[in-house]
Amino acid sequence: MMTMKRLINLKRAEARRIYLTYAVVIIAYVVCQIMSSTKFFSSSMRGMLVPICAYMVMAVSLNLVVGILGELSLGHAGFMSVGAFAGVTSAILMQGTITNAPVRLALAMIIAAIFAAIAGFLIGIPVLRLKGDYLAIVTLAFGEIIKSILNNFYLGVDSQGLHFSMLSDTTRLLKGGRLIIRGPMGISGIQKIATFPAGFVLLMIALMIVFNLVNSRSGRAFMAIRDDRIAAESIGLDITKYKMMAFVMSAAIAGAAGALFAMNYSTIVANKFDFNTSILILVFVVLGGQGNMLGGIIAAAVLTILPEKLRQFSEYRMLLYAVVLIVMMLATNNAEIRAFLSGLNPFRRKEEAE
Amino acid sequence: MIFLNYFISGISLGSIYAIIALGYTMVYGIAKMLNFAHGDVIMVGGYVCFYAVSRYGLNPFLGVAVAMLLCTILGIIVERLAYKPLRQAPSLAVLITAIGMSYFLQNTALLLWSSNPKVFPSIIGRGAFKLFDGALSVSHVTVLTIATCLVIMVVLSLFIGKTRLGKAMRACSEDKGAAQLMGINVNATISMTFAIGSGLAAIAGALLCSAYPTLMPTTGALPGIKAFTAAVFGGIGSVPGAFLGGLMLGVIEIFAKAYISSQLSDAVVFAVLIVVLLVKPAGLLGRMTQEKV
Repeated sequence: MMTMKRLINLKRAEARRIYLTYAVVIIAYVVCQIMSSTKFFSSSMRGMLVPICAYMVMAVSLNLVVGILGELSLGHAGFMSVGAFAGVTSAILMQGTITNAPVRLALAMIIAAIFAAIAGFLIGIPVLRLKGDYLAIVTLAFGEIIKSILNNFYLGVDSQGLHFSMLSDTTRLLKGGRLIIRGPMGISGIQKIATFPAGFVLLMIALMIVFNLVNSRSGRAFMAIRDDRIAAESIGLDITKYKMMAFVMSAAIAGAAGALFAMNYSTIVANKFDFNTSILILVFVVLGGQGNMLGGIIAAAVLTILPEKLRQFSEYRMLLYAVVLIVMMLATNNAEIRAFLSGLNPFRRKEEAE
Repeated sequence: MIFLNYFISGISLGSIYAIIALGYTMVYGIAKMLNFAHGDVIMVGGYVCFYAVSRYGLNPFLGVAVAMLLCTILGIIVERLAYKPLRQAPSLAVLITAIGMSYFLQNTALLLWSSNPKVFPSIIGRGAFKLFDGALSVSHVTVLTIATCLVIMVVLSLFIGKTRLGKAMRACSEDKGAAQLMGINVNATISMTFAIGSGLAAIAGALLCSAYPTLMPTTGALPGIKAFTAAVFGGIGSVPGAFLGGLMLGVIEIFAKAYISSQLSDAVVFAVLIVVLLVKPAGLLGRMTQEKV
């Protein structure tokens, strides 16, 4: 009876946390919209709204892998770039047929998510047979490979259809054709159709998908694998299947975020999505608390706005991120430091005493 | 002859990878952690050597010695501050800390020494041996690199195989608990491993910058990751494996650059890593350890 009651309470706390997350996101959106329409925001601030949304979605996406599944992906920027290139390319191809910009954006994001999910699946086949440090380093390797390939990829369109080539531009487009992806020059002349409301909708969808996944049978399997892989395997959970599910879902969300991000700029290059971007997203997740979606979202917003506001300290920004990573890990994983911190915090001590 | 030229530069690059890979492989063998910051210790070694030689006018070999000393101290400090408190922590936490440490070193270097690339003076000049009437030219740096790598390999193998400290290292990598019961100071042994690895990284830094003379705060990052690939390729935890893996990876990279595409050579190197991990996860000379439940 006791355990039963505790289970229900736990569930309530979980439900409260989910509704709190939705509520905070919606309130923040409404406040931002009002401030934006009353000209309270500077134009640089308004320009940051879409990237912030994209980073928030990336934080949710990586949190699914790092926080819930308990594996480290160091190549998440790779999925973002696959989504960005697929999304922008499809948006350019649809320019003539679908004139309604929001519809085109939505379709582009869906196509981006599909392409990123395929990339996630293909990468997942070899990667997910590994674990721990090896898995992390291989995701890093794949991130770099994706970057290298996109940097050498040329795609053009003409009346004959799509043409692509590697290494150098040998697409031989007919007259009137357009070279869309130009190797290291990336894509330019992008119509900036990404909007703040679209970013908000994408974030809400990502949150709904992740929360529903986490609180389902699969989500419980993810966490069982995270907490004790051998125990999970011994009760018959198919580790590879669940890992793949989380990985592909995370890649799809990252792809959609990449498309949103890319369509906020007029030019996009593959080098934008390098290892540093993967680490930046990891910093969001670690600072917000692994497995805590709201924390990651807030961290993404704060760490995107703060450097803009504190321009004079911008040189120290990356140094600060490094310190955040180290200190967070030491504070949460070292027994002595944790005891010291909880001694400092009067609220936590009371909580533990109960 | 061109083929031979490529082959020799591959061996030379591979020798540098091998020296770096030693640091990874020893630390991974003992502490079971991927020291992401190892590549950045190389960069620090390069900068120390650069300033010692170009600003204080030290003899280049003395400069390398100073760099070794400082990198050894740096390695011990990093281990004490960031990794030692996490001995019992899950591997994910240790890995994230190591990435943080790598970033910390890179950005501290950026603030101290700015992002402008420095032109590194080669430690033994830019001369070359001409063979076969000049058809084959082997630079002095290449010869020095390969020779240094061989010496380090032999000395390190003897150290690990024949001395008491080396025996303690092997015991710790086998079973930390049992080693402690036998009276081995496990923490000191792990610190010593970091110290040796970091000292070697300083040598690698000087050699790397002599061969590829631009020095930036990010100089160490990519060679670091590639050297880790080499360590995995050869079998992590194995000293001859690091040697073999390093050489093979160097040759593969130079050939990929020469015969496939210079832009895709990094992708080829990483593809090698992925294939090795899938086909032979223990590496060429590594031992497969069975997981105990």
